[in-house]
Amino acid sequence: MKRVYVNEKWCLGCRLCEYNCAYANSGESDMVKALRGKKIVPNIRVEQDGDINFAVNCRHCKDPICVKSCISGALSIEDGAVKVDHDKCVGCLTCVLVCPYGCIREGKSGAVTKCELCLNNSCGEPACVKGCPNRAIIFEDRG
Amino acid sequence: MKKYVIIGNGAAAVGGIEGIRSVDKDSPITVVSKEPCHVYARPLISYLLEGKTDLKRMLYRPEDFYDKNGVTVLYGKSAEKIDPASKKVILDSGEELSYDSLLCATGSTPFVPPTEGLESVPKTHSFMTLADAQALEADLSPETNVFIIGAGLIGLKCAEGILERVKSVTVCDLAPRVLSSILDDDCAGYIQRKLEEKGVKFLLGDTVKRFDGTTAYMQSGAEVRFDVLVTAVGVRANISLVKDAGGECTRGIVTDEKMSTTLNDIYAAGDCAESFDITSEQRKVMAIMPLAYMQGHCAGVNMAGGEEKIDNALPMNSIGFFGLHCMSAGTYSGECYEERGEDFIKRLYTDGGFLKGFILIGKCDRAGIYTAMIRNKTPLKEVDFETLKKDPALAPFGSAYRKSKLGEAV
Repeated sequence: MKRVYVNEKWCLGCRLCEYNCAYANSGESDMVKALRGKKIVPNIRVEQDGDINFAVNCRHCKDPICVKSCISGALSIEDGAVKVDHDKCVGCLTCVLVCPYGCIREGKSGAVTKCELCLNNSCGEPACVKGCPNRAIIFEDRG
Repeated sequence: MKKYVIIGNGAAAVGGIEGIRSVDKDSPITVVSKEPCHVYARPLISYLLEGKTDLKRMLYRPEDFYDKNGVTVLYGKSAEKIDPASKKVILDSGEELSYDSLLCATGSTPFVPPTEGLESVPKTHSFMTLADAQALEADLSPETNVFIIGAGLIGLKCAEGILERVKSVTVCDLAPRVLSSILDDDCAGYIQRKLEEKGVKFLLGDTVKRFDGTTAYMQSGAEVRFDVLVTAVGVRANISLVKDAGGECTRGIVTDEKMSTTLNDIYAAGDCAESFDITSEQRKVMAIMPLAYMQGHCAGVNMAGGEEKIDNALPMNSIGFFGLHCMSAGTYSGECYEERGEDFIKRLYTDGGFLKGFILIGKCDRAGIYTAMIRNKTPLKEVDFETLKKDPALAPFGSAYRKSKLGEAV
């Protein structure tokens, strides 16, 4: 299936992916309204290692330990993508405790938030990839 | 076609069903469910009383789960006996179920310590099942004073769940601190203060000498007047079916890496099973829900002729009280790295060049990176641990690791 992959040599560390992610998942139709003056909780985060930058989001693992560990049944796999049911999630953060990549976080609502490849918002394809100016993150099938 | 029988209908049973179906799509599966209801998320009963979930949302799997997986559930029935010679399970109704492969996912039962006068207490409850929670709820009103025996995970989650709905909640425990199985004095004190700020009262290092109706006379001389008693002292693994059938048991049912018991074609998973903790290097019952599911899944795959093993289990917990999150994992041995501030405590324990355990309170972002290091036994010399111990991140793992995890399907 198609997943988001990282090419850290090309990442500028501009963090546009973080903003585009937060906007795409805000439910707002205006980017300024969605982001201005707000603390954003994006599902992709840019890390730095010396001169190197890279973005990290859910790997949509083939055998996701977060789904196996979820105590409420809120996390599930749909066509290979790991999604969260925000109504079922009680915010116990067991998934945060087990994700080896640190890609699930506590959302503003109390439920957790994670990358769902923009399949469940109006963007329809990963907004982070769409807005990346240097193709440092790409959405493709690598098995 | 094989005949699969699963005794129990909790997380381990669901793991078993999904494990079997990952290998064998067709053979019939029969689940023996003592509880008369669809599988629900047991730890959510406190959230139910708190109004943060409801019966529909707390289902652990969707309503069509059994249908979709070709599972017949025998509700309200319990297994009385396993006959390994004839490969049959005998139910309390007298029915016999024959199996080719059996999963014992019988869970645990709350342990109520015998106390003088306990029978004189008019309203007592356990806090384990949905039925327990509903029965407790029926006894609660804004005028109710609740006394909880046991300051462990179950007792404290119960306290949080009902605090806003009752007049008072008092918790006692024989241990001198709360959450004594997962926290040390210092960290436990931090959690205790948070609960006290919200109004929970504690009597720690104290135990009930005798009850007289709605009064508890404590060893310390204190007297607690209450309307409703909740016993949350601990649980005992339900091992008798396998033990009586001749399977090896200690405090739990002894299992190997495939979750097989010492009896042929009988597997065990979840709170009834004992398995190997890689951090303390001891066999123990680790009664935690993620592991119950994973053990069930592992058993299911092996029952169906596939191959799966669990060789990286560790105790771990993520629990929150009134918005304060607390995570713990592994064993607290070796050297301790500590950071603390107004609103957080962080403790990492390293031993022999490996991360062995941690306690995180109030600051839990990306904790899974640490958990994975324990689980994978990542040698600390292969990462930049000086950076990592301050903030869990992938950068300190180096570019080769990142390339394999962020540039390839995992």
